[in-house]
Amino acid sequence: MSELFRRYGHTLTWTFVALTAFWLLLLVILPQLYLLEESFRLYLPLADIGGPKDVYTLANYRSAFEQPTEWKFWLPFAWKPVILPFEAPIRIQVFVHTLVYSTVTTVITLILCYPVAFYLAKVANPRNVPLLFVGLLVPMWVSEILRAFAWFIILAFKGPLNMALVNMGIIDTPIRWITGFNSVTFGLIYVYLLFMLLPIYNAIQSLDTNQIEAAKDLGASSWRTHWRVIIPHSKPGIASGCVMVFMLAAGSILVPTLLASTQSRWFTEIIQQAMFESQDWNTGSAYAFMLLVTCTVFVIGMMRVFRVKLSDIAR
Amino acid sequence: MSAGVDLQNVSCDFGKFRAVDKANVSIKPGEFFSFLGPSGCGKTTILRMVSGFIDPSEGQIKIGGQDMAGIRPNKRPTALIFQNLALFPLMPVWENISFGLEVRGASKDVRRAKAEELLKLVDLHDSADKAISQLSGGQKQRVAIARALAVEPSVMLLDEPLSALDLKLRQHMRAELRAIQKRTNVTFIYITHDQGEALAMSDRVAVMSQGKIQQISTPQEIYNTPVNGFVASFVGENNIFKGKVKQVDGSKCSFETDAGAFTATLGPAVDASTIARLYVRPEYSKLQAAPAEGANSIPVTVTDISFEGNFIHVHAADKTGRHLTVETRNDGSVTLPAIGSAQYLCFEAATARVLADQGMKDPGIDE
Ligand SMILES: Nc1ncnc2c1ncn2[C@@H]1O[C@H](COP(=O)(O)OP(=O)(O)OP(=O)(O)O)[C@@H](O)[C@H]1O
Ligand SMILES: [Mg+2]
Repeated sequence: MSELFRRYGHTLTWTFVALTAFWLLLLVILPQLYLLEESFRLYLPLADIGGPKDVYTLANYRSAFEQPTEWKFWLPFAWKPVILPFEAPIRIQVFVHTLVYSTVTTVITLILCYPVAFYLAKVANPRNVPLLFVGLLVPMWVSEILRAFAWFIILAFKGPLNMALVNMGIIDTPIRWITGFNSVTFGLIYVYLLFMLLPIYNAIQSLDTNQIEAAKDLGASSWRTHWRVIIPHSKPGIASGCVMVFMLAAGSILVPTLLASTQSRWFTEIIQQAMFESQDWNTGSAYAFMLLVTCTVFVIGMMRVFRVKLSDIAR
Repeated sequence: MSAGVDLQNVSCDFGKFRAVDKANVSIKPGEFFSFLGPSGCGKTTILRMVSGFIDPSEGQIKIGGQDMAGIRPNKRPTALIFQNLALFPLMPVWENISFGLEVRGASKDVRRAKAEELLKLVDLHDSADKAISQLSGGQKQRVAIARALAVEPSVMLLDEPLSALDLKLRQHMRAELRAIQKRTNVTFIYITHDQGEALAMSDRVAVMSQGKIQQISTPQEIYNTPVNGFVASFVGENNIFKGKVKQVDGSKCSFETDAGAFTATLGPAVDASTIARLYVRPEYSKLQAAPAEGANSIPVTVTDISFEGNFIHVHAADKTGRHLTVETRNDGSVTLPAIGSAQYLCFEAATARVLADQGMKDPGIDE
């Protein structure tokens, strides 16, 4: 703080602080608190607000657990759902699917990004790295809607992907890619790829190359060098990439809307439905907080399991 | 279990730049061998070729008689101690040391026992469970040595391992390293730009400059009979005179300079046509009031005296202003000349060497 005062002087520093505080308080914290309060109140006609019916209640939250129906559970990459032998509330089904496929997205993104990040950070000729990054970044300048929609076209039953595969003789009949959660997962992975790649790249980049060579010199295979030296070092980067991709995927609305099959509903769509179609902000915010709290708990749990500290991520 | 290392005509090119040029060295098993040279002369590059991280552009590297071409670093019988040590900061000391054994599939008990044993060897008891960040510079040094020794290498490669330490510790670790080498009898290839270090520790030294090996010899020979101007001025101090060989008489010659003609010993590959300089060590130079009989003498003026305890350095200038130094042992009864007094600087022909220039800029020549 004193460093800031020294560098920018009092007027400018206090302006920064005030603006940041304004943004945080008025545009982030207060609206959230308002929604939190609303989520415990009923959706009432205007006349009843403030009246005897306007009480604090858990009814909005409870409504997520209503309407039990047969549970068609979609396993990752399955072309057909598994019918589970019990019923579950429809919104909870969607909720579980959302968490499962956000996790699947995160894991696949990680598996895709780690080797690329390692390549960029330690293998590629440093002179080519800027060019490679441009190649990675340029597609990200296109808006998320367009990119998601592009996937919709690519994956369509009569789209270019199927056509290419059939013409090359790899498959006989076109595949219905937009089935279950496949297309949504594809889309989410593509859209949030860089949020995984960059933190891992940064983390691996900061590793002293001598450490990798020291491990090799002591006889370690590539696999063991990754497992014992590179991955432990880049764990904070991996963790922050995973947290970001998971949170973004779980909270995504565009991709699930555009790339949804008939069966894949995302929990954000239910929130949107409540808020904008039913105009029921109370229930909508209750669902939103359910998602937020559950995701946060899930992430913290995972961080415990993988022994990542919050301070590592914030680095 | 130690092995010799042979470099036969080994070169290394980075693009158009030749970092190592046709190195020929034969290092004996169990030898403490040093590469000595200024920064950027290609020392690390040689080490990285021996350990397998760089492939030579030409030539052959043999360890224990076996050609190393195509053998990856993790399959070579070498252990490298990096210039910055490269300890694994996320593993405790004992896991660092036993990493090489972990790779070879040793059980935890075996690894732990070996780590404790090596910690005793390097005089670091009770540090097995410490984090690397809790160690001092010298302790890290020892852990790096122990980690390298754990894989029982036939050849240890050390890249300026003491350069980060302060003077006292460096001197202590010199002796320690030397002792460890004698105890384990592993071949040590040691890299340094510190001549004192190379001379004090090594069985033999290779002096390098700009990718070329200039001289390979014992420390005494390197110091006493350098083969060219670079070696003479990189290892130790000199009084230097530029001039021309006039008359050759066996191993002696007459050397003409702007300070007069001197008789001196002719270095290897020097004749009347070579660009050469005369080098004489300050400790072989004497100051006296009158010119010496049968030795070279030049009139000088004393400019400064620096008293170093066991030695005294007297600085003087000749009539051209050339800076000359005389080193005298302090035996408790030396009488020092007054600053500004006129004296004669004398040296014997046997201690003055006329050496070729090597066509490169010699360090330590102030002209
Ligand atoms: N990977 C590389 N690509 C291009 N040039 C390199 C590379 N590695 C080293 N060089 C060059 O080769 C020369 C020798 O480098 P090297 O690291 O062997 O020097 P050194 O003798 O170990 O020096 P120091 O005492 O400073 O460590 C230097 O001029 C350096 O710039
Ligand atoms: Mg070096």
